Amino acid sequence: MLSFVLRRLLSSIPVLILVSLMTFALIWLVPGDPASVFLDASATPEQIENLRRQLGLDQPIWTQMLSWYERVLSGDLGQSILLRRSVADAILERLPITLSLAALALFFAVLFGILLGSLAAVNHQRWGDQSIMALALLGLSIPDFWLGLVLIVVFAVQLGWLPSGGYVPITEDFVGWARSMALPAFTLTVTQIGFIARMTRSAMLDVLRQDYVRTADAKGLSHSFVVLRHALPNALVPILTVTGVIAGGLLGGAVVVEQVFFLPGLGRLIIGAILSRDFPVIQGGLLMLAVIYLVINLIVDLLYALIDPRVRYG
Amino acid sequence: MADGHLNAVEGLAPHASRLRTLLLRLVANRSIALGGGLVAIITLLAVFAPLVAPYDPLESNFRARLLPPSAEHWFGTDHFGRDVLSRVIYGGRLSLEIGFLVVLATGIFGTLIGGCAGYFRALDNPVMRLMDAWMAFPAILLAIAVSATLGASVTNVVIALSLATTPHTARIVRASVLVVREMEYVEAARALGARDMRILFVHVLLNSIAPLIVRLTYVFAIAILAEAVLSYIGVGPPPPAPSFGNIIANGRDFMVEAPWVTIFPGVAIFVVVLGLNLLGDGLRDVLDPRMRVER
Repeated sequence: MLSFVLRRLLSSIPVLILVSLMTFALIWLVPGDPASVFLDASATPEQIENLRRQLGLDQPIWTQMLSWYERVLSGDLGQSILLRRSVADAILERLPITLSLAALALFFAVLFGILLGSLAAVNHQRWGDQSIMALALLGLSIPDFWLGLVLIVVFAVQLGWLPSGGYVPITEDFVGWARSMALPAFTLTVTQIGFIARMTRSAMLDVLRQDYVRTADAKGLSHSFVVLRHALPNALVPILTVTGVIAGGLLGGAVVVEQVFFLPGLGRLIIGAILSRDFPVIQGGLLMLAVIYLVINLIVDLLYALIDPRVRYG
Repeated sequence: MADGHLNAVEGLAPHASRLRTLLLRLVANRSIALGGGLVAIITLLAVFAPLVAPYDPLESNFRARLLPPSAEHWFGTDHFGRDVLSRVIYGGRLSLEIGFLVVLATGIFGTLIGGCAGYFRALDNPVMRLMDAWMAFPAILLAIAVSATLGASVTNVVIALSLATTPHTARIVRASVLVVREMEYVEAARALGARDMRILFVHVLLNSIAPLIVRLTYVFAIAILAEAVLSYIGVGPPPPAPSFGNIIANGRDFMVEAPWVTIFPGVAIFVVVLGLNLLGDGLRDVLDPRMRVER
């Protein structure tokens, strides 16, 4: 196990280097000069020159890259041009909102996805199966931000049950926090639940066909006991894999959903920075999300190896 | 079942009737019929937009602002008095065009990158690590960043979305190339002295095309959804030309008094994406038995 962990950790180093290099390179995509793109046309050449110096753009590319790595490795993501504060602080302040939204959605998507997928597998090719799979497909096809808008009109404007947006910190008021997160988390859950339900169903169908399930059935155990005790645990491995796969979609979805519900999370920070061309924030934010994604997948791989010994020695 | 019977015959049948068998199975698949039907209807509406749309999608009429759905305006009108039905039909034109171009670009680059990585062993590790790094960024955020950085235009939206969908596609192509590369007929071609490029394109890629077709159907759906998000954020195809996404973005400020401006284009996206997902599921079942999800 230890050698697997070491191998897996080592293999993520080149990916991390590439990820940071790509965030660094993003600024090269800008047509023309990033400093003059940020400032408007009325900016004096002097102001542009100052900003160029602040961003380090007056340095040769190798020097820029070395100082970028030097800073990133020491946890310094630079200064935001617009907010005039440390990028790392701005990100850390907003990260909990994005992560709690994604975690809530992941929790409910996994819980109900496994439940629905198992129900579908147990009722294979009957109407229960078909209607659950149809629902999963509907969820996969709904545009997330549009669902959010519709939910706001129905539950916030028409019925007045929940706030239409904004955020209440959990430390201030738990009920207020739950109310502010309910619609965003529901929106995100609906669009992700289909993946888990479909994966659970096909994994369960595979397992239910195994000999040991038939044996358990044959020795007179109740079928629901067999499904819960023998089949489901063995179907969890592929479900775990798909959880790693949807991590990216979940983070991306959280970014969009934050935008719809005015949640001041990392997504709103990055999108605001993208629209105002605040490059240090864009780079820092993207790097942060990419690292989170890689860490999630690292954890999934390690859990995978923990559950299934074949992975460790493969 | 008829499906299993056709399967058994397939292995023995000569080439022409194998193609016929495949076509029969494609036609017999319910998901393909339903999904293909939905996509075909929306595509026809988009292609023949000038004939089908009851009004000019760009013509404002300030005396008809924010009218609810009625016999004259089935989907109501927006805040400029423009007919929402006509805008949705023309919007489908732009959204489908973008989706199609993204499929084309992703298909080409995904095949080249994945094909080379899978075929040339020396390239495999470096190229796939690059794809891993690329995929670490949430695709939608990558698309928003690229589109905003390059500036809003249809071309840049296509570039942004293709960049976001290419790495996963390359990974899928690589996986099937790895399998096909080891087939005996590939070895035979090599023994006959065929050059690498010929083997890769003629023998390997053509035979690993099934998962690519399935993936590209989903890419089409992803592109339609992502275009809408880009428009909603404000970095999509620029106005006044309507797309599904920017009709919703325009309707957002009038969600309460005129929800129809937002609802109908959203339903249109939903229908196209549902159709494409159904089509993708059906194609996967027929073309790619390895990835087959139990029915």
